[in-house]
Amino acid sequence: MGIEQKLGNMGVVTARLEDVVNWSRTNAMWPMLFGLACCAIEMMSAQSANHDMSRFGMELMRPSPRQSDLMIVAGRVSRKMAPVLRRLYDQMPDPKWVVAMGDCASCGGVFNNYAVVQGVDEVVPVDVYVAGCPPRPEALIHGIVTLHEKVRKEKFKDWA
Amino acid sequence: MTQIQEVSLDEIRHLVSDRAISGETMLLNMGPQHPSTHGVLRLLLELDGETVVNCIPDIGFLHTGIEKNMEAKTYQKAEVMTDRMDYMNTVGNNFTYSLAVEKLIGLDVPPRAQALRVILAELTRIQSHLVWLGTSALDVAAMSVFLYCFREREEVLHIMELVSGQRMMTTYIRPGGVWRDVPVEFEKAVRDFLKIIPQRIDEYEAMLTKNPLFLDRTLGIGPISAEDATNWGLTGATLRASGVNYDLRRFAPYSGYEQYDFDVPLRTEGDVYARYIVRMEEMRQSVRIIQQALDKLPLGPVRSNNHKFVPPPRSEIGTSMEALIHHFKLWTEGFSAPQGSVYVATESPRGELGCYLESDGGPKPYRVHFRTPSFDNLQVLPFLSKGFLVADLVAIVGSVDIVLGDIDR
Repeated sequence: MGIEQKLGNMGVVTARLEDVVNWSRTNAMWPMLFGLACCAIEMMSAQSANHDMSRFGMELMRPSPRQSDLMIVAGRVSRKMAPVLRRLYDQMPDPKWVVAMGDCASCGGVFNNYAVVQGVDEVVPVDVYVAGCPPRPEALIHGIVTLHEKVRKEKFKDWA
Repeated sequence: MTQIQEVSLDEIRHLVSDRAISGETMLLNMGPQHPSTHGVLRLLLELDGETVVNCIPDIGFLHTGIEKNMEAKTYQKAEVMTDRMDYMNTVGNNFTYSLAVEKLIGLDVPPRAQALRVILAELTRIQSHLVWLGTSALDVAAMSVFLYCFREREEVLHIMELVSGQRMMTTYIRPGGVWRDVPVEFEKAVRDFLKIIPQRIDEYEAMLTKNPLFLDRTLGIGPISAEDATNWGLTGATLRASGVNYDLRRFAPYSGYEQYDFDVPLRTEGDVYARYIVRMEEMRQSVRIIQQALDKLPLGPVRSNNHKFVPPPRSEIGTSMEALIHHFKLWTEGFSAPQGSVYVATESPRGELGCYLESDGGPKPYRVHFRTPSFDNLQVLPFLSKGFLVADLVAIVGSVDIVLGDIDR
């Protein structure tokens, strides 16, 4: 079956190191357990049994930024929260990615006012934007699969 | 980019005891990013070993400016903001706001719309309690309850999606009635849900109510007497767990709650466990209310016929000149409410959710203020947690059932 037959008895497979590393990064991308507002509830839905985000190697949400690879900014970021968010991002070890979940995190959403940061990309670099208010769990999973596609094409020299 | 200001001891001297200044007790920062604070709540803890000496909540990390933003929108358009306030009780927020607008302009709501509002508000209450149960059980290390609760929550969200097209932010209840009539599948969907949910609630209770690990974490933790609870201004299940019989659905019925037969669950212990029992029972009572409302669901219009305030049906716009004018007027400049102010309160899953509206006679509210239950319930946290362990504090925060969107708005 599969790879064993192709290998014969060599026990060796050749691949580019970049591909192997990127493959392993996509399959165990631990998100940070970090919810801000409404979208956090849908993020919890995506984690729960019906949607089961663990199919993408994401069953483990780390409450500590130092153990996580992915920050899902789930909800509106207020001016008071923005510096905290940046500090959390800085504490995450490389390689790290950011998904802006929902309209508020992407562009401010319905809140165009003094209190809300108009898009979290003012504070941290964002890889994938997920639209919706709040996005369905399926939309979040789609955003994560899109991020995986992006990660598979990454080059080492971009991180160096 | 503003930088985080490191706080010096001098600046917080007035908040903490002298023992903390001398270094005898430890100051620990819990949150705003912490899995057990149910959002972005920051607690400054003063600890003696592992015992909480003082707990100072720091709120505002989710301040969204909703009340101010609503002043810039017409009465209809401002409603979209209310969903995003207490995001576990989206329908209830629309409900309270709509009742306030209706009271301000003196609008009658058809009986069918009233019953539909009750059904959806009670479904939301079940949904909110399910999320509360799942997350607060998770806080005391019962992982599987979370998965079960979210399974049933999906069922409620399917019903919400059926009636409004959105899972959470429905904006289905609007001033003057509801957005449109429910689809034909609605009744079956709700009945199917009512069939499964009582046994599912039993299932959760089987996992927790007599579980010795759960009892150890909740019995006698964070107690509050009836007198203290009233003095602190608590409402909702947190108050009723202390033995005060105060439920706005019974005390000051709105939207036809007086027609339904239901009990107000009460406990007298006032601890974390009592709050758990009260909320479990509340879910069962909600099922009863929905059952009765669905059985007696009257036929008829779902929106008021007063087209000065409520948009006419789409079908009339092509044939009636007045309908077209009303439609145009309502969606461009909105309606003008008479001068004055109103306060309307409803029973949200967390307690008394009040909406204060002040009108200067124009098409936009002059001032909107929400009396949110989480905000008033949060202030009791230092009182409840003093003398308990940090691990108990997590259970206490969970049991008060705060939603940060509700607090900061």
